[in-house]
Amino acid sequence: MLSIDRSIVEAIVAHARRDHPDEACGVVAGPAGSDTPARHIPMDNAARSMTFYEFDSMEQLRVWREMDDRDEEPVVIYHSHTATEAYPSRTDISFAGEPGAHYLLVSTRDPDSEEIRSFRIVDGVVTEEPVRIVEAGVDPHAVQSYMFGQSPATVDYECSGR
Amino acid sequence: MAIEVRIPTILRSHTGGAKVVEGTGDTLADLLADLDSRHAGLKARLVTDAGALHRFVNVYVNDEDVRFLGALDAKINDGDSVTILPAVAGGAFGFAAAAAIAQHGVAAAAAR
Repeated sequence: MLSIDRSIVEAIVAHARRDHPDEACGVVAGPAGSDTPARHIPMDNAARSMTFYEFDSMEQLRVWREMDDRDEEPVVIYHSHTATEAYPSRTDISFAGEPGAHYLLVSTRDPDSEEIRSFRIVDGVVTEEPVRIVEAGVDPHAVQSYMFGQSPATVDYECSGR
Repeated sequence: MAIEVRIPTILRSHTGGAKVVEGTGDTLADLLADLDSRHAGLKARLVTDAGALHRFVNVYVNDEDVRFLGALDAKINDGDSVTILPAVAGGAFGFAAAAAIAQHGVAAAAAR
């Protein structure tokens, strides 16, 4: 399960929309060991491509060092697919090198709605997980779980059971 | 003196969980051979069977990407700091096409 603040999701979606039809990519850092995404860092797509993304290696070094200095880790690594579904491609799986990260995919193929899904990718094995969008500043017990298992038109809004 | 090498999470299974290890060598290739003698399997995660730096990792000497310093031939001095990070890349593209681009990138870097 990925729990992530709504404002961060909105910032990621805005980044993906801004760069569409190129793929957008970035990181959400959080305190090491917390599993809590807290600091959104949009990254340049050095490939500037509609079908491929790649962090600029020097920007990545800077950002990874900064996270290290702040005792943070990459809790979420995200990118967009601009013409296909939000599911990891074979390329995504081959490159996935952060076993502790949530790999968040946003599809911007539909201009009116986004498909947002999250995956763990460990040793080439992809496991989808639910995304829980947390409303900052409201009663935390009023949180809903959003299951992004299907396209947004048929998303089930499941209560978290609390 | 030795060369400090920072190991990413995904490769720490080869270093007994250590985040930083030390090694020696005049070039990156020498350093990786030295590290592999104590941290078996590490080199194979970084260097392809064809003897090139693997596409899935970025290696830096101090603040420079080694792809711009001669890759495995990059010169290293005592006191340098080497950082290994997983390359973050992917996308909707098929893998064969991505690999072709990667090869192109390596060739372009080598030509610089």
